[in-house]
Amino acid sequence: MDNIAGSKPTLTWAVHISVVALVLLWLFPTIGLFVSSFRTADQISSSGWWKALFPTEQNMTLRTAAPETQVQEGDLWVIEGNLFEEENSDATIATWGTSSRDLSAYQPGDTAEDDGMRLTVEADGAYRLTSGTEMEGRRGERVFVVAETPPDFTLANYRQVLLSGDSTDSMSKAFFNTLTVTIPATIIPIVIAAFAAYALAWMDFPGRALLIAFVVGLLVVPLQLALIPLLKLHLGIGIGKGYLGTWLAHTGFGLPLAIYLLRNYMVGLPRDIIENARVDGATDFQIFTKIILPLSFPALASFAIFQFLWTWNDLLVAKVFLIDATGQTTVMTNQIVELLGTRGGNWEILATAAFVSIAMPLLVFFAMQKYLVRGLLAGSVK
Amino acid sequence: MHPALAGLVTIVIGVGGCLAYFWLSNQFLDKVLFPAKGPQAGRNINRANQIRPWLFLFPALFALGLYLAYPVVETIRLSLTERVTQADGTTVYEFVWFANYVQMSADPKFWEAMFNNMLWLIVVPALSTAFGLLAAQLTDRIWWGNVAKSLIFMPMAISFVGAAVIWKLIYDARPPDTNQIGVVNAIYVSLTGNDPVQLLTVPFWNNFFLMIVLIWIQTGFAMVILSAALRGIPEETVEAAIVDGANPFQIFFKIKVPQIAGTIVVVWTTITLVVLKIFDIVFAMTNGQWGTQVLANYMFNQLFVARDWGVGSASAMVIMLLVTPILVWNVRNARREMR
Repeated sequence: MDNIAGSKPTLTWAVHISVVALVLLWLFPTIGLFVSSFRTADQISSSGWWKALFPTEQNMTLRTAAPETQVQEGDLWVIEGNLFEEENSDATIATWGTSSRDLSAYQPGDTAEDDGMRLTVEADGAYRLTSGTEMEGRRGERVFVVAETPPDFTLANYRQVLLSGDSTDSMSKAFFNTLTVTIPATIIPIVIAAFAAYALAWMDFPGRALLIAFVVGLLVVPLQLALIPLLKLHLGIGIGKGYLGTWLAHTGFGLPLAIYLLRNYMVGLPRDIIENARVDGATDFQIFTKIILPLSFPALASFAIFQFLWTWNDLLVAKVFLIDATGQTTVMTNQIVELLGTRGGNWEILATAAFVSIAMPLLVFFAMQKYLVRGLLAGSVK
Repeated sequence: MHPALAGLVTIVIGVGGCLAYFWLSNQFLDKVLFPAKGPQAGRNINRANQIRPWLFLFPALFALGLYLAYPVVETIRLSLTERVTQADGTTVYEFVWFANYVQMSADPKFWEAMFNNMLWLIVVPALSTAFGLLAAQLTDRIWWGNVAKSLIFMPMAISFVGAAVIWKLIYDARPPDTNQIGVVNAIYVSLTGNDPVQLLTVPFWNNFFLMIVLIWIQTGFAMVILSAALRGIPEETVEAAIVDGANPFQIFFKIKVPQIAGTIVVVWTTITLVVLKIFDIVFAMTNGQWGTQVLANYMFNQLFVARDWGVGSASAMVIMLLVTPILVWNVRNARREMR
């Protein structure tokens, strides 16, 4: 396959360029969110995030200090200082002028002469204004500059979202709630499914084929169907809305995939090992815990990642089974949807909150991608 | 109790309980019920082995039955009943035949949702699979293909809600004559000079803007599966085509694609299932306003906003009906494989 591309350099280049384009197109949205989370509200609303990566040019009107600060040096009256004094910025001056019509009249370091006054402005905003006669008036001279501001990023949004404890913006509580939902909802189905998968893979009993078909069928049942009946059930038996019901629901909804993935994997394990162990007198329970489980680690890991991503990113189950009127048990996805409502225009908070919620899945994704891909292949390719 | 602590206790009880159940029930079976000793040892071992699979299966079957099978039946029942509050304050479920379905089919919002869902069903699986195939084919031929794949695959890890925020920023529109911070409008305004457009409120087309979000997420999935399938193609078929003078496009469309047709169908149906249940993206971005309603969101509104369990269940049954062909097909495939 590669040799076709190799024989035609132009085609190879076309492939490289198209892949670069494709990757950039796919990354662009996420990077936008990431960059925006480090910008202030003003910056976000005044320019597109893609401009934040480069220095921005800005036309500014600045003033020298007032004549009352002048000092006499020999026969000159002098005012010295920095044009950016009040702005406190790290901008640099590209060009400047003494008239609003010509901003590029002088370069930094040049000296302008006008009515016997001489003005020198440096790139960092330092200036020296001298005059042969005493300067008058109450306000300083105006200087028109084109200033270049370097990219400027801030962690203030993360402080606001993670540490402030602000009741609408804070994600820290939602973060821990999400964690509380996710971990039991990932581990418990694995344990239950592993035993069932072993029985379906290696134990012989009537109705096994039917049960496997049953699991495959349940694999695609939309969980929308389960919402009302289960909510009714939970309210009926007194669990109500809360973590317990959510863990149970996630367990139930995750089981078909777990059983299906694990069974497919276990069936592929070498028959010899298991039969030798049987001959040596091992019970099914021992075979399962001592042989099958350790060998099935890749499949267990695959499912664990699926279930983790799914429960972490879930909104529907949490909304139906977990979040009650008090809102104490809100999860991050729900918190973000609420922020979209209350703070639809505040991109700095939204972007940061969204990034906090997707950081963990991204971490898991990049760390354990191998298992995720394996699981996908086992789960869909037949 | 603090929820985190409760979570920890749940893990311990859940996992410990499961293990204890499996161990104790096995012990009980082997030692008490059918001990493998005495005059009937042989018969007892056989009996124990007949029962054991069901011990292993019981928790899973119980959970599956209660959390997936029972709701299907119960939803059918609910969709045929009406919740009535009686004079003494108790609620009863009155059997009303198909009144809920009739009521639903009179609702224009329902037909809007049906129409949009059909649009989604056509567009999203097709484009995701096409982009996935393209990405798989291209990345397979270059040395940094795995890095590229990993980056295109990344949106899979992002929640639908997170993706909704990401894309809302892209579709954002500011008042005319101010700097546009949404990239689509920034390009549109600088190219045409027109006023910026609130993209998510443009009827009909806004559906496609929502679909792009799901395509962006699902392309990585299609790519990973199809890339594995492409690698499984026997080298000889491609080499024979080269010898016969086929150009790269012919090789791709006439040699490779037919050989992975089965995988393409699997990818297509898997994405179709996701599309049928799509809820979060619409809920977070438009909540079905401006003509973007879809079935799952319609159902959510009926259940939790209008609080009409009858119509809500009826619309859930519509989703179930749409899924059923895939369900049957999957089950038949699985059974054929086992033979």
